[in-house]
Amino acid sequence: MIDFGGWDMPVQYASLLEEHHAVRQRVGLFDVSHMGEIEVRGPEALRLVNYVTTNDASRLQPGQAQYSGLLYEHGGFVDDILVHKVADHDYFLCVNASNQDKDYQHIVTHNKFDATVENAGARYAQLAVQGPRALDTLQKLTPVPLAPIRYYHFVDNAVSGATARIARTGYTGEDGFEIYFPPADAPRIWDEILEAGAEFGIKPCGLGARNTLRLEAAMALYDHEIHASITPWEAGLGWIVKMDKGDFVGRRALALQKDRGVTRKLTGFEMTGRGIGRDSYEVCIDNVGAGWVTSGGPSPTLNKNIGFCYLPNTQAESGRPIQVMVRGQAVDAVTVPTPFYKRTK
Amino acid sequence: MDPENLRYTKEHEWVRVEGDVGIIGITSHAQSELGDIVYVDLPKPGTVIQQGKTIGSVESVKAVSDIYTPVSGEVVEVNGLLTESPETLNKDPYGTGWLVKIKLSDPGEPAKLLTAAEYQAFVGTETS
Repeated sequence: MIDFGGWDMPVQYASLLEEHHAVRQRVGLFDVSHMGEIEVRGPEALRLVNYVTTNDASRLQPGQAQYSGLLYEHGGFVDDILVHKVADHDYFLCVNASNQDKDYQHIVTHNKFDATVENAGARYAQLAVQGPRALDTLQKLTPVPLAPIRYYHFVDNAVSGATARIARTGYTGEDGFEIYFPPADAPRIWDEILEAGAEFGIKPCGLGARNTLRLEAAMALYDHEIHASITPWEAGLGWIVKMDKGDFVGRRALALQKDRGVTRKLTGFEMTGRGIGRDSYEVCIDNVGAGWVTSGGPSPTLNKNIGFCYLPNTQAESGRPIQVMVRGQAVDAVTVPTPFYKRTK
Repeated sequence: MDPENLRYTKEHEWVRVEGDVGIIGITSHAQSELGDIVYVDLPKPGTVIQQGKTIGSVESVKAVSDIYTPVSGEVVEVNGLLTESPETLNKDPYGTGWLVKIKLSDPGEPAKLLTAAEYQAFVGTETS
């Protein structure tokens, strides 16, 4: 068990590798109840959500979700979040555990609208059922047909008889669902999902597999790829920024940075020498310091050592030889396109 | 269970004495905490090492951990199997997963290390 944002969470239940492969090949179950939830409601809920996030929430239909960013005025990330549109005037944000209180304060500070903001994390447990057999597993426990729910859409229904929000989202690069429901039902629903998935070889999965899976799928992790000093342009997340939607917090700084030019860029790499580039290791080009590793480790699916690093924008094209300083030694690596892993549909 | 005939450190290494040679490795508790091991870095034969100093590292999918030698002396043999099959450390930490053999410069050192019972008590307090 490790302390993760104040939550006691297992890094692995049995074997990280087995858990990782279970999600890629069959199905895995993650307890992600540490994730925070913030509810924004009221006549101007959309205006508030659109003012504090980078993506355009006005494009959402009820029952649809989008990946988005919360930024400071200077353009750095407060957090990366999922915005769910429950109904007109009713938005449900899923945020990172350790950022929940900061996010809530940030949104409240910018709430000059006719909307209420509630820090609702304590009212929700969250489980993620991920992998090619996730649908078959979860379908046994809910009356709502899951197949018609499209990626990044959700329904409010029931799981194991408990009221639940069922979203076709995830952090693994596989098909799957994230479900939100009252915490009192969590132990029972956890057990019932494991039972329902037994015939498919389901495994309970810890934070370790969650990290290797998201890394292969090239999904950002807060405090690693993104943080208060990183902008969406630098992190390769320009696609969640809609500059034409109207004013939002951080927009001016982003416009300025775009004008002046972005100087560093998040870049995938794989090790060609023997060694693993890990978080915060220095990256060199021609043996001169050029950047740093944001996340790195073995990829169980690809059998390579992969990672992300920041490099000068002019030197970030794929195929460039780089060196990662692994405990005092320069180990060869090469920049590569991401995602490292993409599932075949 | 941790074998009775070995001596242990609080850094989770073990040593088994055979004549004037100490065979060292990491404990079952250590490999279990590290998880799936993917690299093992060890000193070259001939390296002279001192008790308590770092002599290499064990790297798992999730983390890197230093190896501290429980005894002083000269490295006389390195377990080459671990280069090709680092997962041996997970499967057999007290047997085929040994790390290095050291010609002891102070044969009195091992007796001052933890016994199996003392090590188990230590691990018990560390994890509770």
